Amino acid sequence: MKYLPLFWSNLKRKPLRVLLTWASVVIAFLLFGVLEAVQFALAGGVQLAGQDRLVSQHRVSLIQPLPLSYLNRVRGLDGVRSATSHDWFGGVYQDDRNQIVVITAEPESFFDVYPEIPVSEEDQRAWQANRSGALVGRIVAEQYGWEVGDVIPVRSNLFTRRDGGDTWDVEITTIYDWVDGDNTVVYMHYDYVNEAREFWIDEIGWLVLRLDDPARGPEIAAEIDSMFANSFAETRTTSEEAFLQGFANQIGNIGAIVTAVASAVFFTMLLVTANAMAQSVRERVGEIAVLRTIGFSNLGVTVLVLLEGLAITVLGAAAGLWLAQGFTGVIAAMAAQFLPLMTIPPQAFAVAALLAVALGILASALPCARVLRLEITDELRHT
Amino acid sequence: MSRLTQIASVTAMNLRSLPERKGPSIVAIVGIAGVVAVLTGILSIREGFRAVLDLSGRDDVAIVLRGGATAEMSSGLSLEDTRLIADAPGVVLDEGEPVASAELYVIVDVPLVTTGTPANVPLRGVGPYAADLRQDFQIESGRMFTPGTSEAIVGSGASRRFAGLQVGDTLRSGNVAWDIVGTFTDDGSVAESEIWTDAVVLQGAYNRGATFQSARVMLTSTGAVGEFVDALTTDPRLNVRVYTERDYYVEQSSTLVLLVDILGQTIAVFMGLAAVFGALNTMYSAVSGRTREIATLLALGFGALPVVASVLVEALLLGALGGVLGSLIAYVGFNGMQASTINFASFSQVTFAFLVTPGLVVQGVLYALVLGFIGGLLPSVRAARLPVVVGLRAT
Repeated sequence: MKYLPLFWSNLKRKPLRVLLTWASVVIAFLLFGVLEAVQFALAGGVQLAGQDRLVSQHRVSLIQPLPLSYLNRVRGLDGVRSATSHDWFGGVYQDDRNQIVVITAEPESFFDVYPEIPVSEEDQRAWQANRSGALVGRIVAEQYGWEVGDVIPVRSNLFTRRDGGDTWDVEITTIYDWVDGDNTVVYMHYDYVNEAREFWIDEIGWLVLRLDDPARGPEIAAEIDSMFANSFAETRTTSEEAFLQGFANQIGNIGAIVTAVASAVFFTMLLVTANAMAQSVRERVGEIAVLRTIGFSNLGVTVLVLLEGLAITVLGAAAGLWLAQGFTGVIAAMAAQFLPLMTIPPQAFAVAALLAVALGILASALPCARVLRLEITDELRHT
Repeated sequence: MSRLTQIASVTAMNLRSLPERKGPSIVAIVGIAGVVAVLTGILSIREGFRAVLDLSGRDDVAIVLRGGATAEMSSGLSLEDTRLIADAPGVVLDEGEPVASAELYVIVDVPLVTTGTPANVPLRGVGPYAADLRQDFQIESGRMFTPGTSEAIVGSGASRRFAGLQVGDTLRSGNVAWDIVGTFTDDGSVAESEIWTDAVVLQGAYNRGATFQSARVMLTSTGAVGEFVDALTTDPRLNVRVYTERDYYVEQSSTLVLLVDILGQTIAVFMGLAAVFGALNTMYSAVSGRTREIATLLALGFGALPVVASVLVEALLLGALGGVLGSLIAYVGFNGMQASTINFASFSQVTFAFLVTPGLVVQGVLYALVLGFIGGLLPSVRAARLPVVVGLRAT
């Protein structure tokens, strides 16, 4: 407790400098938080992958279709709890600029494959029973002001209809809001699309399977791929996590760039903070000598200086992250269509806390150690 | 002494004493250099990406897609369509043959060199005039594929970024084995991200029948675009959408350019703020370290302006050094760095190189000077307004 008044008067000694140093730290951590959120968003939902799910796609690429019959064949395998099929619809609402993510699904198996999507049983049945029903993510619904019961014309930029045109009317039966999940997808019934389209009849984009036992994933994946080997549509089956990770990797070196930026910022901040602290310790050589003369131990003096450094960096980090959270919310709303999962991941807070402590200690410990090496008598003369 | 000579002598004295204040000065330089390097690095991604698309898009080449299609991916044209398009007025003739290429592409999974995970690489089937339609097309190594065989050539960007795409390699995809017989360059255009083979062979290999996705034609001049579009849109046998190549690529890349712009500007603003605080801090420290010296100058009769000027000049000098150093770091660290990303419009990879342009360097140095100026202004005013008596007593 006896340190508190000393600590306080040290901080007040050059308020402007303390304020500027603190502000630099705030900005650094604000940037850190925002970049972490962007990186998290670019990782494209890898963290949402179910550990017990496999994805099976055409060996050539995701674009090549698989025969619908594959769905029933993988269902028959031992260890497969359930399976559903998806197809990319390429949705456009009213204008080419309004691209929406529309995916078809097989409604009967959909919720069994994705048990984490929060939709009440009643709503599940409402969607399953309505052939032209759509299960709509909250973000898309808000963006276009859609409500349950609305009938929406969705144009496909991939399929054409046998009866001419390329638009399917869907009725919104359910709007889902998946906390920390992807709320930008519109799910349509596979049959509703399949029965009307001109080409790709009875073909599907990819399969998602849920297993009884996640540990058997690699074994079942190999079994599926060998089952379809040497056919005209060979498959490649991976865990859902690897599937999403591969997709995220395609976005490219963004992760590396983000890390590089964050490191550059921290290096810069470390220098600025260390410089300001070193300056303030240098100016205080006389004072420190007095403290030591009246009986403060080296440790006591060090603790005093360290506390000052830590106060600046830890409070700065806290304020920076707080601002980052607000700011991320703003960007997330703006970029919801492209990057639906923009939020600061929990582990980023832990990393930030560690960095703040390390920054504070490094920046104040070095100048302090230098001062303590001096003889008290030299220091006292040092005015 | 006149005011000017005062300014000159105080500034000179100040700069000569800079080595005495080596530590803080270096910190300021490195701090500003860090900001400029990061900013330039981020913006060089955008420049590199833009360069690819600027090079790719020509005003006298038209791309024709199915009506309602916004990208090749979602387009479809019959053989009949592509013949009608090639015979339209405005198309350049080469010994009576229209310079046109009916094309289609499939996406094949090829592992990225960096991560080993599969990436979507476009495998494009092209017609005999495809190379003439790309202005700077050149075979870099090996040779052109022989039409009618399962030979393929690979763009130089794709051959660097994806594994197993060197001359002599075989790319197995589905039931087809493509022999890579050459690599090509096209002055850095989008085509360098692709694999090319004969369109007819590709149709057969992936059950595409006799359908194409786009037709590219060379027009006699940029002025012929109107005539060409009119002819196609009024032809009752066709339902097509015509873009000039340039417009097509601008539209294709808009999402990605927007994303990098938002990211780059956000980072620039924040980093700039942090750098201003840092520079202010450094200059305040520099001034407060020289309090007694400045007070002595004032006591000797030097005016406030020379003192302000000397501090500002020092700050600008540090800013300029930081700016130059930062640009240099960005140039050495980022320029020419190979990268690729997915273009959502075509659902396939585009390779590009980071590009630190002279414009970016100038922008970076100017930014550094602005940071130095802001960082030096307040401390210099404060130095000049310091009461002489207080200053002389300072430690």
